[in-house]
Amino acid sequence: MSVLVIAEHDHKTIKPVTLNVITAARKIDTDVHVLVAGTDCSGAALAAANIHGITKVIKCDAPELSHRLAENMAPILVDLATNYTHILAPATTFGKNVMPRAAALLDTQQISDITVVHDGETFDRPIYAGNAIATVKSSDSKKLITVRGTAFDPVNAEGGSSPVEDFASKGDAGISSFVKQELSESDRPELTAANIVVSGGRGLGSGENFALIEALADKLGAAIGASRAAVDAGYVPNDYQVGQTGKVVAPDLYIAIGISGAIQHLAGMKGSKTIVAINKDEEAPIFGVADYGLVADLFEAVPELTKKL
Amino acid sequence: MKVLVPVKRAVDYNVKIRVKSDQSGIELNNVKMSMNPFDEIAIEEATKLKEAGIVTEIIAVSIGPDKAQETIRTAMAIGADRGILVQTDAPTDIGGVEPLAVAKTLKAIVDKEKPDFIIMGKQSIDDDSNQTGQMLAALLGWAQGTFASELEIKDGKAIVTREIDGGLETIALALPAIITTDLRLNEPRYASLPNIMKAKKKELTVMTPEELGVDLTPRLSIVKVAEPAERVGGGKVSSVDELIDKLKNEAKVI
Repeated sequence: MSVLVIAEHDHKTIKPVTLNVITAARKIDTDVHVLVAGTDCSGAALAAANIHGITKVIKCDAPELSHRLAENMAPILVDLATNYTHILAPATTFGKNVMPRAAALLDTQQISDITVVHDGETFDRPIYAGNAIATVKSSDSKKLITVRGTAFDPVNAEGGSSPVEDFASKGDAGISSFVKQELSESDRPELTAANIVVSGGRGLGSGENFALIEALADKLGAAIGASRAAVDAGYVPNDYQVGQTGKVVAPDLYIAIGISGAIQHLAGMKGSKTIVAINKDEEAPIFGVADYGLVADLFEAVPELTKKL
Repeated sequence: MKVLVPVKRAVDYNVKIRVKSDQSGIELNNVKMSMNPFDEIAIEEATKLKEAGIVTEIIAVSIGPDKAQETIRTAMAIGADRGILVQTDAPTDIGGVEPLAVAKTLKAIVDKEKPDFIIMGKQSIDDDSNQTGQMLAALLGWAQGTFASELEIKDGKAIVTREIDGGLETIALALPAIITTDLRLNEPRYASLPNIMKAKKKELTVMTPEELGVDLTPRLSIVKVAEPAERVGGGKVSSVDELIDKLKNEAKVI
C-alpha cells in the first residue's frame, strides 16, 4: 500500500503545505511518494527529495504543466493511480481544482478537506463550515483525498534523500489555456495560510477606518479579514470575507475587531487557536468564543494596541 | 446559447445547525432551507448573460426532494426559463447523494439538453465538498473554470478569472465548458414580485434517477456526525495592557 502526495510548488521550491499533507499520508502508510508536476521543475523535485519521511519523488516535467491546469493534470493522476491505493493533495485552490477531476475519471468518490486520519479508509472532515464533523468511511478501492493543511503538523523539509524518478506527461488536452495571473502584491500573508489574522467588522463604520486594522496587521505581520457585514457594507472587497460563504481560517491568533459574531462568521474562524475580540457591546456573541474579550471602544483600543505591541 | 445551471436546496446560511442526537447527521426538520448561495450567484450570472444577449435559454436543474421545486422556482424568478427536478428522497447533504452521483445525474441531463456551457456553484454550504463541477467536467471531457470571479463569453470561448490562493488567474476555455462560481462573481438580485408570479407558470419537468439510468448509491458511509469540540470562550481582559500580557505570556502567540 503506497500513498502518493501531490506537491504544491512553484516549480523551483515546494510550498510548505505539502509537508503537512505528507504527515497525513504517513498516518495511512509509511511508503509515501511525492509527485512534482510542472515545467522546468527540477528545483522543486530536488527540494522534494530532501523532505524527511518520504521514499520517492516522481517528477513529471512538461511544458503543458506550467500552470498545472486540471485538464492536463488529471490524466497524469489517473495513470499514476494504478500504483497507489491513496492519492492525497492539499485542500488549496490547486488541489480542489484538480483532484475531483481525477476522482471522477477513476470513478471514485473523493473525500474533501480531511482533518483526521483514523485508518486507511476512515477520515474526519468538517461539514457545514466546521459546525459539524463527519467521520466517513470509503468503500472505493482508490481513495482520492484533499487534506486541510492546518490540521496536521508538517514533516521536516530536510533530512531525506529520496530518489527522483521521471514520469511522462499525457500531453496538452488542448481545451484550456493560461492567459494571465495577478498575484496580490501585498506583503501580508495569505488569509488562509496566515499565523495571525486581524479582522474588522461593521463596527469600523467605514472603509477608511480599516486603516486601523491595516496598521495593527502590519505590526503583527498578520493577514486581514472581514465579516460579511463589513463586506456587504462595501468597506472591503469580498475576498476578505471570513465565514461560511467566505474563507475558513484557523490561525494561531485571530483578532476580531468591531465584529458582533454572527453564526456565519463564527463558522469561518472558530477553529483558531486563540481568539481575541474587541467590541464595545459586551453582549456581542463574539465574546462567547473569545479567549480574551476586551469590551472597549475600538477607536481607542486598537490604536493603543498597535502602539504598545 | 443554451446554459444549464444546477441549483441545490440547502440549509439557509443563517441557520445554526444542530447535530442529530443519534449522530447520524444534521437535524433538517423545521429548518429554513434556501438556494445554496453559490448557486444563486450562478443563476444571476446566467441571467446577466441572457440580458446581454449572449444566452438565449437558461435551464435550472435540481436533484433532491419534491420541495426542491421551490428552489427551481426561485431560479426561475431570477431568470431561468425552465426547470428540471431529478427527484429523490435520499439525503442531499451527507450520507446520500454524493458529488460523483450528482455529476453522473447532471451528465445524463447534459446528454439530453446539450447546453453550450454550465454555470454552477463551486460548493454547497452543507457538505462543503467542492467537487461536483470538476467531476462533471471530467465526465463530459469538458474544460473547467473553477472559483470564477469574472466570466466573459466570446469567440466560442469562456474567459474565466479564477480566485486562486494569493491572487487571480485568468484562463481561456474552449466551449462547451463548466464554470463554477466564487463569491466575487456578482451580487445576486432579489426576485421581483411580478417575476415570482411569472416563475409559477414556467415549465418544470420532474423525473427520477431511474429514468435517467443513474445509480445514486453512496460510496462513503457515515460512521458518525459529531459536534466540533466546544470552544471554551468568554474570557475577558480589562485593558489593552492586560491583553498584550496574556497574548505574550499565557497564549504565547505573539
